[in-house]
Amino acid sequence: MSTFLWAFLVGGGLCTLAQVVVDRTPLLPAHVMVLFVVAGAAAGGLGVYEPLVKLAGAGASIPLPGFGYTMVEGIGKAVRHEGFLGLLTGSLSAASAGIKAVVLFGLAASLAFHPRS
Amino acid sequence: MPEAGNPTDKATQTAYEKLAARHRPTAPAWGNLWRAFVIGGLICTAGQAVISFFEAHGYTPTTAAPPTVVVMIGLGSLFTGMGWYDALVTWGGMGGSLPITGFANSIVAPAMEYKREGPVMGVGAKMFTVAGPVIAYGLAAAFVVGAVRWFLGLAA
Repeated sequence: MSTFLWAFLVGGGLCTLAQVVVDRTPLLPAHVMVLFVVAGAAAGGLGVYEPLVKLAGAGASIPLPGFGYTMVEGIGKAVRHEGFLGLLTGSLSAASAGIKAVVLFGLAASLAFHPRS
Repeated sequence: MPEAGNPTDKATQTAYEKLAARHRPTAPAWGNLWRAFVIGGLICTAGQAVISFFEAHGYTPTTAAPPTVVVMIGLGSLFTGMGWYDALVTWGGMGGSLPITGFANSIVAPAMEYKREGPVMGVGAKMFTVAGPVIAYGLAAAFVVGAVRWFLGLAA
């Protein structure tokens, strides 16, 4: 049960941090999304994001820094198996389910739904 | 700032500045912050429920991650298609945009919106307006981090 509480607190906390950046700087939400993916990759490389995922589960893996972390973890795994080539294959392999799903859903939605306005 | 030689211009400008100042949000916008916290927290709690579902059906915390991401992207896409997700982002700000459901929204919303510009330059190109930079810089950052770890022998 406590994982749910941590998921709420950490996930909400990351979103609050992103909101602070949007409110206090000239950066737009799209810039902040890019910034947080890159920050997640950096935090993954420094080894500080994995403990956060262990503690908060979806609270750390569902916000976009988790996407950057996933890519770094994928490279780590691929490099162990394939060596240098893993630097190129690892991140897309790890993120492939999400990227492919979002592209398919985007195309499907463009056929199934009409914009409101 | 351009010179206001004409006194009428200057008076108009002063009046405008007073008006603009009155409507400018006073920092810090605490309302934005707690709304982002609540919406982001709730979406992540929903994600945790999906992880728990997969864990109850034989997945480990590691193997449950990809299908959970797919389910959350599916929900974000569906909510966007129904026209509900934009309201969530309007109210919750980055609480709606930062989770992976917001990433799905950033692809599905323009895919619907730019239908009229055709399937290639409309839907196909515009769906990556936000997702393209996110994927490009995410891949680049992961490459740099991965290369540094590899050279330091941390990943071996």
